[in-house]
Amino acid sequence: MSDELIKKTAAELADALAAGETTSVEVTRAHLDRILEVDGTAESGVHAFLHVDAEGALTQAAESDARRTAGRARHLLDGVPIAVKDVLATQGLPTTCGSKILEGWVPPYDATVVRRIKDAGLPILGKTNMDEFAMGSSTEHSAYGPTRNPWDQTRIPGGSGGGSAAAVAAFEAPLALGTDTGGSIRQPGAVTGTVGVKPTYGGVSRYGLVALANSLDQVGPVTRTVLDSALLHELIGGHDPLDSTSVDAPVDGFVAAARQGATGDLKGLKVGVIKELAGEGWQPGVMQRFAETVDLLTELGAEVTEVSCPTFVHAMATYYLILPAECSSNLAKFDAMRYGLRVVPDGDPSAEAVMKATRDAGFGDEVKRRIMIGTYALSSGYYDAYYGQAQKVRTLISRDFAAAFEGVDVLVSPTSPTTAFPLGEKLDDPLAMYLQDLATIPANLAGVPGISVPAGLADEDGLPVGFQVLAPALADDRLYRVGAAVEAALTDRWGGPILAKAPTLEGPR
Amino acid sequence: MSQLTRDEVAHLADLARIDLDDAELDHLAPQLNVILEAVASISGVAGDDVPPTSHPIPLTNVFREDVVVPGLTAEQALSGAPEAEEQRFRVPRILGDEQ
Amino acid sequence: MTDMLVPFDDVVASYDPALGLEIHVELNTNTKMFCGCPASFGGEPNTQVCPTCLGLPGAMPVVNGKAVESAIRIGLALNCDIAEWCRFARKNYFYPDMPKNFQTSQYDEPIAFEGYLDVEVEGETFRIEIERAHMEEDTGKSSHVGGTDGRIHGADYSLVDYNRAGIPLIEIVTKPILGTGEKAPLVAKAYVSAIRDLIVALGVSDARMDQGSIRADVNLSLAPKGSGVLGTRSETKNVNSLRSVERAVRFEMSRHAGILDAGGSVLQETRHFHENDGTTSSGREKSDAEDYRYFPEPDLVPVAPSREWVEELRATLPENPAAKRARLQEEWGFTDLDMRDTIGAGALALVEETVAAGAAPQAARKWWLTELTRRANDAGVELAELAVIPAQVAAVQALVDAKTINDKLARQVFDGLLAGEGTPEEIIAARGLAVVSDEGALSAAVDKAIAENPDIADKIRDGKVAAAGALIGAVMKEMRGQADAGRVRELVLEKLA
Ligand SMILES: [Mg+2]
Ligand SMILES: [Zn+2]
Repeated sequence: MSDELIKKTAAELADALAAGETTSVEVTRAHLDRILEVDGTAESGVHAFLHVDAEGALTQAAESDARRTAGRARHLLDGVPIAVKDVLATQGLPTTCGSKILEGWVPPYDATVVRRIKDAGLPILGKTNMDEFAMGSSTEHSAYGPTRNPWDQTRIPGGSGGGSAAAVAAFEAPLALGTDTGGSIRQPGAVTGTVGVKPTYGGVSRYGLVALANSLDQVGPVTRTVLDSALLHELIGGHDPLDSTSVDAPVDGFVAAARQGATGDLKGLKVGVIKELAGEGWQPGVMQRFAETVDLLTELGAEVTEVSCPTFVHAMATYYLILPAECSSNLAKFDAMRYGLRVVPDGDPSAEAVMKATRDAGFGDEVKRRIMIGTYALSSGYYDAYYGQAQKVRTLISRDFAAAFEGVDVLVSPTSPTTAFPLGEKLDDPLAMYLQDLATIPANLAGVPGISVPAGLADEDGLPVGFQVLAPALADDRLYRVGAAVEAALTDRWGGPILAKAPTLEGPR
Repeated sequence: MSQLTRDEVAHLADLARIDLDDAELDHLAPQLNVILEAVASISGVAGDDVPPTSHPIPLTNVFREDVVVPGLTAEQALSGAPEAEEQRFRVPRILGDEQ
Repeated sequence: MTDMLVPFDDVVASYDPALGLEIHVELNTNTKMFCGCPASFGGEPNTQVCPTCLGLPGAMPVVNGKAVESAIRIGLALNCDIAEWCRFARKNYFYPDMPKNFQTSQYDEPIAFEGYLDVEVEGETFRIEIERAHMEEDTGKSSHVGGTDGRIHGADYSLVDYNRAGIPLIEIVTKPILGTGEKAPLVAKAYVSAIRDLIVALGVSDARMDQGSIRADVNLSLAPKGSGVLGTRSETKNVNSLRSVERAVRFEMSRHAGILDAGGSVLQETRHFHENDGTTSSGREKSDAEDYRYFPEPDLVPVAPSREWVEELRATLPENPAAKRARLQEEWGFTDLDMRDTIGAGALALVEETVAAGAAPQAARKWWLTELTRRANDAGVELAELAVIPAQVAAVQALVDAKTINDKLARQVFDGLLAGEGTPEEIIAARGLAVVSDEGALSAAVDKAIAENPDIADKIRDGKVAAAGALIGAVMKEMRGQADAGRVRELVLEKLA
């Protein structure tokens, strides 16, 4: 019974709740049991969660059941539990961003997206693991130990949102919230065989999202199906007066687009394959599944052409200047004065000495590297050559997108150049780690939306491969249409969801 | 673009208020140079005529009404404080300018 | 090291001063610059805060539209161009009273730029060129515990209240002000005073220098006379009264000249002004070139005021100060000299408000320029900082007009007002100051004075009316000042007719 519940999609759970076949308490308890069974600790198990709020989730579930009994369910997803990436402020629940510097911090306020899921009645199971301050592509930079890929626990679950993706892939939660600055929703989705969406910049409020790079960050859904992502996206999206960069446009039509796409008809859709996002260094098994998926689009009636986005080759360098610059400033607030860790050196240290000692002890290597690069890139005398130039190249990347979207409705690429790599492999080689996000970064730079859907397993290692679809800004509905079509056709071909092929998780002992 | 010297890295750490010891400087300096070398490839990619993009979605004039909204209580504000006294944040002695 | 100070006259004989002023004006909006917290002064510590102004992780700023409106109005009143498009920028530096460790300010794209303000000093008009006026936010407030007299140096630790963090500020920056010579201290003071008057007229700030709602930083450099170059400048921070502005300039001129005369070079540094002795002392050396790593604030979008909006705001501006002065002079019937003295005393706005409260212009002028100026000088404060407000002066004059008191008693009423003894009526009652209107007592006093001064009385009987003054004086003395001198004169002349 409980196994049956955790395998259901969010849409199925919503239906079952609406039909009175189950209760939110039952569903929530099933997921909490699953967490107990497989999540383990920093040393073993999936370790998707940094904090589990069993009591709070069950209380919210009971309240949801009471509402439903009284005929006052607030939302289709009222009562369907959810996991929240630890970079989003949750009133009353610890929010650490995977960093020692925020250990034990309990925000006195909710992020807007958290407020929206609370208002809709979704019980919050807990907070998911992540690379420290969302810097990384493997979740190994978490100060609280890595998350392990449910497909192979010796491998990375992607990052920075490895916790949210792994939680969903391991059936610890039907839904999760992630954030995507350079691929942190899509790349973990790709390597865990799940679905992840980075909405149009400004489509979902960033208020309460602890900023990594403000001009790149977006909150988005992490789920097992395209429809579930659409449901969650419609719930969290839409204008927020607390976020000045929030776009004041309606967010609807995603669920409808997903349902339409699932019928498998892509007739008339123009698809561009991005020439620059392939080649040397791309894993053959990844390229093979990608090519098959492109063929599938043709079978479904789409017109596929190759398009060139020549400045995408500079996206990585551009990103690794803009992001460190913004984050060096964002992370200045972690100074031991108002909240978080305070390390007091011996003697009679000044505030400055306490700040320095705290930031040394509280930040990990990757955070320090990026703060230093950002500090350098913004320094007088270097600004124009680094940050200023990066912002100009950013313009060129946006222009490449604009030109491409004149000829096609969506662009496609593999989500990530490789499948999940072994834990530890790239930990001390920042550049190799950065390459994981080669295909996902351009969308963040241009603010356009992207989705990753499972495309199958690579032949050489039997691990999941992600297929990325990108659309013009504010045309997020196209992601759902194309994503759902691919998902329906492939699920049909495989005879079931890709996660059915994942090995059975043993409890960590 | 030139390589960062160890002294320059130490200066950056100072500006960023991170107390790096010698071992950390030795460890980080070469890594930073590898990264800087990689990002240096963008120089010359965009000409002077290309405008910079600071916001991917261009919006202007997003303003708030000048109306008070409830904030935090002092208790909430101080809830995360490492040290508090007289309803204020207690911080170590401050060097430098009086503000 | 003690600075060698050169006498002021010697300074101006050998050097040309260059002034620069940066004025921070705290706006009187209901809410802060980037959040909905109250911007009012004086709440209990950390009760006017929210995630945004406390810099909590994840919180975001949203611009207060009213603050932008005030910024544009200030810019227009300073004859500035208003940017068609501008942005906020982060100014990055670490300081415990700054919650995010960056100040959200404006950098190379200010909302207003390229303006001017004319100020008059001793009949000479100086045009002060304004480089820019930009929007930014205030910091929190630290109090220092331990050590001596609550100062930062030597304190054991500090306590921070963030109520003030995020209050909207407009920073007004001049271009270098050249050619002021010996008038440099007065020009600086007149400029700050003019800015304050303008801010008051615009109604955009409480404009209380004593509470820090207007704060001035004074930059000064000297160059050898006639050389036409700019010297190295010092920046004296937070000079918080008009008189201090004048003194700070004067002191820095003497100090710089001392260094230059000795063949030294002036350090580019920030200085602190000391109210008690009018000196400055070194702050942090600025030469480690505070690298603020400015960049556009990515959490805010550009401000692009439409030209229609700007014109709407222009229509709300108060009268231009020069035109207003001409109008007031006409309305009040002041001579050029009356007017110049009034302006020179910093009393124009005070007289205007006093007249508006019902006093005759000459009476208003008389009180502010004589009695009250003397008291301000005694107290070492500016007229406007005196604890007497125009409405009270008008009330006192009304009592004089009603013959409840006379001018001499009015001075005692001012004593009472300055001592905080209540309203003029309360002071009169408490101090027993009212003029005696009992004709019997007055008549008896006049009779007594005539009897005691027979020769003066004879002179008056002989038609030498001018001699009446002596008898009136005697009567007033007898009445301990509490008589209406006009009525006494009438009685004396009646009795000796
Ligand atoms: Mg400033
Ligand atoms: Zn606030």
